[in-house]
Amino acid sequence: MRITLGLDSTSLSRRYPRLAILATLFMAFGLPLGLYVAALAVFPLNTPERLDAMAEQWLGYDLAGSPYRYIVYTAFLLLVAFIAVNYTAVFGGVSTWVERRVAGRMQSRIGPNRPGAAGFLSWVADAVKMILKEDTIPAEADHLLFRAAPYFSMVGLLLPFVVLPFGEATVVTDMNVGVFYVAAASAFVVVGILVSGWASNSKWALFGGIRGAAQVMSYEIPAGIAMMVPVLMAGTLSMQGIVRAQGGWPWQWFVFQNPAAFVAFFIAVTASLAEGNRTPFDLPEAESELVAGYHAEYSGFRLAIFLMVEWANMWIMAGLAVTLFLGGWQVPGYGAEDYARLLGTGLLPAPGWFGLQLLSMLMFVVKTWALVFVFIWLRWTLPRVRVDQMMSLCWKYLVPGAFLCFVVTLVWQLLVPPAGVAFTGYALTALALFVLAKFAVATRRNISKVAGHRVDLGNW
Amino acid sequence: MNTQFAIFVFLALATLIGAASVALSRNIFWSAMGLLSCLVGVGGLYVMLSADFVAITQLLVYIGGVLVLILFAIMLTSQIQEISVSNRSVGLVGGYLIFFVVSTLLSFVALWAPWRLTSKEPVANTTVALGDGLLGTWLLPFEIASVLLVATLVGAIVIARKEVKSDS
Repeated sequence: MRITLGLDSTSLSRRYPRLAILATLFMAFGLPLGLYVAALAVFPLNTPERLDAMAEQWLGYDLAGSPYRYIVYTAFLLLVAFIAVNYTAVFGGVSTWVERRVAGRMQSRIGPNRPGAAGFLSWVADAVKMILKEDTIPAEADHLLFRAAPYFSMVGLLLPFVVLPFGEATVVTDMNVGVFYVAAASAFVVVGILVSGWASNSKWALFGGIRGAAQVMSYEIPAGIAMMVPVLMAGTLSMQGIVRAQGGWPWQWFVFQNPAAFVAFFIAVTASLAEGNRTPFDLPEAESELVAGYHAEYSGFRLAIFLMVEWANMWIMAGLAVTLFLGGWQVPGYGAEDYARLLGTGLLPAPGWFGLQLLSMLMFVVKTWALVFVFIWLRWTLPRVRVDQMMSLCWKYLVPGAFLCFVVTLVWQLLVPPAGVAFTGYALTALALFVLAKFAVATRRNISKVAGHRVDLGNW
Repeated sequence: MNTQFAIFVFLALATLIGAASVALSRNIFWSAMGLLSCLVGVGGLYVMLSADFVAITQLLVYIGGVLVLILFAIMLTSQIQEISVSNRSVGLVGGYLIFFVVSTLLSFVALWAPWRLTSKEPVANTTVALGDGLLGTWLLPFEIASVLLVATLVGAIVIARKEVKSDS
């Protein structure tokens, strides 16, 4: 029996095209922007001292001496966590739509285009569908662990958000072991994969789990060592410290500041693709070999959590690479003194400060989305590697390469004067621009060979 | 009740219950899950002692490395639940004897040792202090430990390679 409820999204968007465009615009820009503004409003307040000062000044209430202060602090932390969790969900959803549209474009097919303008609302429809489906548990499965496994993955996804800086002031907390913490938190995702593989009591899931564990454990090593290169260059493990050691212009980014960091960037991105189980390293869920790998037995909301973790992990991977190598939130032309000057000394900063903060968040978001697009692009370009290729790439090429980058960076930091570093920055930026230009020319030539001198965007 | 004390009790319970389930659980996978709870609890206790670097290292090494390796090994062994996993090499009497001797000794140490209480402010940035200590004051022990670990790794590879050759 088919239940329509009269709310079939397809017919709605057909009947009211303007409504569909409005809803799409709201979901595509209003929702993320609202979350960014909420983050900007709430994250900087998230210290006991600030909360005490605000309660003192506005409410005349002595929070620091109150017996309820821990309840207030905890409530604020929960609010912060609420914003972060919702951001992961929205990003995970939007990125599935982007991925499917880009895949359609690359493979000369259409992709989802029904609910909302350009099919944008299909991720909402997917989520609703997943929640409404039955949550089946195999009879022979280990019930408690089967239910618990998605939460391990979810914890592993959400923990890095604590230190990932979205802007100059928009970070939950700036731990002085930030990079190290992100590397450690990803362990929970592996535990989730292993537990789901075991608890499903299915051969496919077990193989997926084993592959996942072997892959993630191996690639943690080159990823960890490559991430140490910016740590060496900044002299701190704090994420904000690493961003502050870079500048806004490309030649001030760590990736262009020394040749070893340039190589380490590619090693880190490759290794984090493998850690996030993205194609070409999606062996744990290789659908042509293992049905769906470790989440083959899952359905409904638990499957939705696994898929959300997988897609939202792209944000962590890309955001980490942007923070460590590509200058993070740094706005070109604005230095630390500009933030300090606009912040002022009052309880609430000047409006200009909020503008600059939004600009810095915009820098981070645009760079991260660009990198996410590259990940999607790689997925639909490269075929899946074999298990032995995956292992030999990690242990024979990436691990020695990462160690070499580490040693070269040590020597570079000791021997090369600041002028040499600045020159390297300009030279490597010029090289990157040259390669990009060559790539654009070659792409244009290839397109014109097939479709004439016209890029066909007809199926959008 | 003090909030800190409540958090401490929670972490200590997670550690102790986890540790108990490692020893007592019949299902080896559940033992590994108990180990997870135990290791996370110990990491939390490090956080309460303001040892941030050590706490994160605990997570990275023991959960990211040791625990995942243990789970991996469990998954490579099929039907492990139906095998009797208890170690019978010393028997029941020997087991109880060892248990009582060791637990008495440990309880005495815990109760009689003069634990030093300090009211000093915790070190703000332990990473810097640890790095200075490891590569300054304690350079020789640090290097000896790393040479030992390299020797272990090389030894493990040599042993593993020999087995493969004799098989084929």
